[in-house]
Amino acid sequence: MTAVGQVDAQSEVTAPLTAPPVKQQRETLFFALRSKKFLISVSILLVLLVIAIVGPMLDPTDPLLQNGAHVMAPPSFHDGTWFGTTIFGEDVFSQFCNGLRASFFIGFLGGGFAALLGMAIGFTAGYKGGWIDEILNMLTNVFLVIPTLAVLLVITAYLSARGVLFEAVFIGATSWPWAARAIRAQTFSLRSRDFIDLARLSGRGGWKVIVFEIAPNMSSYLFLTYILLFGGAILIAASLDFIGLGPMGAMSLGLMMFNAVTSASLVLGMWWWFVPPGIGIMALVGALYVMNVGLDEIFNPKLREL
Amino acid sequence: MRRYFGRKIFTYVITFILAATIDWLIPRFMPGDPIVMLMTTHASNLSPANATALYSYYSGLFGLNMPLWQQYLNFWGSLLHGNLGLSIIGNGQPVTQVIMAAVPYTLALLIPAILLSWWAGNSFGALAARRKWLDNSILPIGYILTATPYMWLGLLLSFLLSYTFRIFPLSGGYGYNLVPTLSLTFATDLIAHWMLPFLSLFMVMFGGWAIGMRNMIIYELESDYSRYLESLGAPQGLIRKYAFRNAMLPQITGLALQLGVIVAGALVTEIVFAYPGVGSLVFNSIKNEDYFLMQGIFLFIIVGVLVANFLVDIVYVIVDPRTRVAMRGGTA
Repeated sequence: MTAVGQVDAQSEVTAPLTAPPVKQQRETLFFALRSKKFLISVSILLVLLVIAIVGPMLDPTDPLLQNGAHVMAPPSFHDGTWFGTTIFGEDVFSQFCNGLRASFFIGFLGGGFAALLGMAIGFTAGYKGGWIDEILNMLTNVFLVIPTLAVLLVITAYLSARGVLFEAVFIGATSWPWAARAIRAQTFSLRSRDFIDLARLSGRGGWKVIVFEIAPNMSSYLFLTYILLFGGAILIAASLDFIGLGPMGAMSLGLMMFNAVTSASLVLGMWWWFVPPGIGIMALVGALYVMNVGLDEIFNPKLREL
Repeated sequence: MRRYFGRKIFTYVITFILAATIDWLIPRFMPGDPIVMLMTTHASNLSPANATALYSYYSGLFGLNMPLWQQYLNFWGSLLHGNLGLSIIGNGQPVTQVIMAAVPYTLALLIPAILLSWWAGNSFGALAARRKWLDNSILPIGYILTATPYMWLGLLLSFLLSYTFRIFPLSGGYGYNLVPTLSLTFATDLIAHWMLPFLSLFMVMFGGWAIGMRNMIIYELESDYSRYLESLGAPQGLIRKYAFRNAMLPQITGLALQLGVIVAGALVTEIVFAYPGVGSLVFNSIKNEDYFLMQGIFLFIIVGVLVANFLVDIVYVIVDPRTRVAMRGGTA
């Protein structure tokens, strides 16, 4: 497959085995501080993170508190409702901050869980090879074609209580396949290198070789994979919340859009209700994707624009 | 070649069996009795006679008094007969019928959106790679689009083009004052309602394909064969043409990998526009706790994605001559 060849070519560069680590670190930092993509995306992410952490403290209104005296108000600084209020009188800014927090949480946990599963399966399949590889590959292919949303549809519909943690775990459990496939391909290309043979000859067990020899040599690749899984988890969670399968009793950006649509905010012209959550997701996920490319260019000299 | 397709079909069959088993398993092993759950939510709306009839129908269909293995075999039996139960939303119509009425709308959205965005995205991505100003404009747009949640772009488009400027109708598959007929007014109305959901799907996907192609072309232009051609003095156009053909293959694989996400995107987009496809059906089945319909849709989506995957496999073999020549021993 060409995609595999692609990945091989990349690993050749992302794993400079001869460079001393200190010099390499300094070089990475040098290119990181010069990469516009990296700097811009990291600043956006930091701003969003600050809003998600500090926002609920600055504006401690309960996102679900319904203030009947102040409904459908457009954004105004005068009233203290910066983003306006919903049809039920809930504070949109408070919902936005809490939703952003939930998005970070889902991305961190869901993406992390998917990365762990992907690494476990990808490393095992790529390193062991043989029939273990065949079976894991088949498993990966099966999970790869099953549409996540459809599975979540039947499972979550039957659960009477759903939490944020459940959502994160479930997203993790269904979005690992492409990561596993990519990591397997990378592991495959590293497996036949001399230093791996040497480590094996020295009597190290399979897991030790993977953890101490293979994983560190593709750490940048693993990090990039995690960033993509992070962003993907946020988008999936938003879709789930939007069709009404999200966590109950909590606030999220997808749920804000769900409420806005079911309460006919479009017909009422309440743009301030559904615009902020979308911008939040777009900025967050977009910044993650751009950071992924920026880091790719930092780690991989071939992609740097001269 | 036979080995290649054999492997693929084997994977798909396993996937289908697994999916159907999940479909069977979940109502049985989730906490709570689904029949009781159904009865408590719906018995209040029904007359006692209907309620008992519904209960006996549900118990008969679940066959909960039989051993598990027999329940499982029965499930497959009715599944292979196309019997997925009756739908609550559809007023007791068979689930298959309810879904079949919605499928054409979803396909009419999905197929043009997928094909056109793939074509346009790849063309623009290939143009943009390593060309300063095009790259600087297409890349940010692509990233913004691909990070946009489908439903939000739909909301934004309908707010701008339907609510504010009143160019397109706000929601639905066709005007409420029309009856589906083979007339010109109905056809134009249908297209007017179709435009916005199509556009929001198209735009989000376009971003993804453009970025993917742009990155792929850069990889290809940096590879040895491109450098060699360059050193031979080949024209840039020729090198780019070769790069494009090579970069297209991962994009085809990418299409297969993205299908699940795309389908999910179509579902939420339909909900925004109340478009009468499978997405709105999903939404209504969740709202009305129509479990048979939900399970039916689940199987339908899976079968659809599997068929689409298989089509992509066939296209891949046609496009890539290497799969035809030496599939044997390769890792498919």
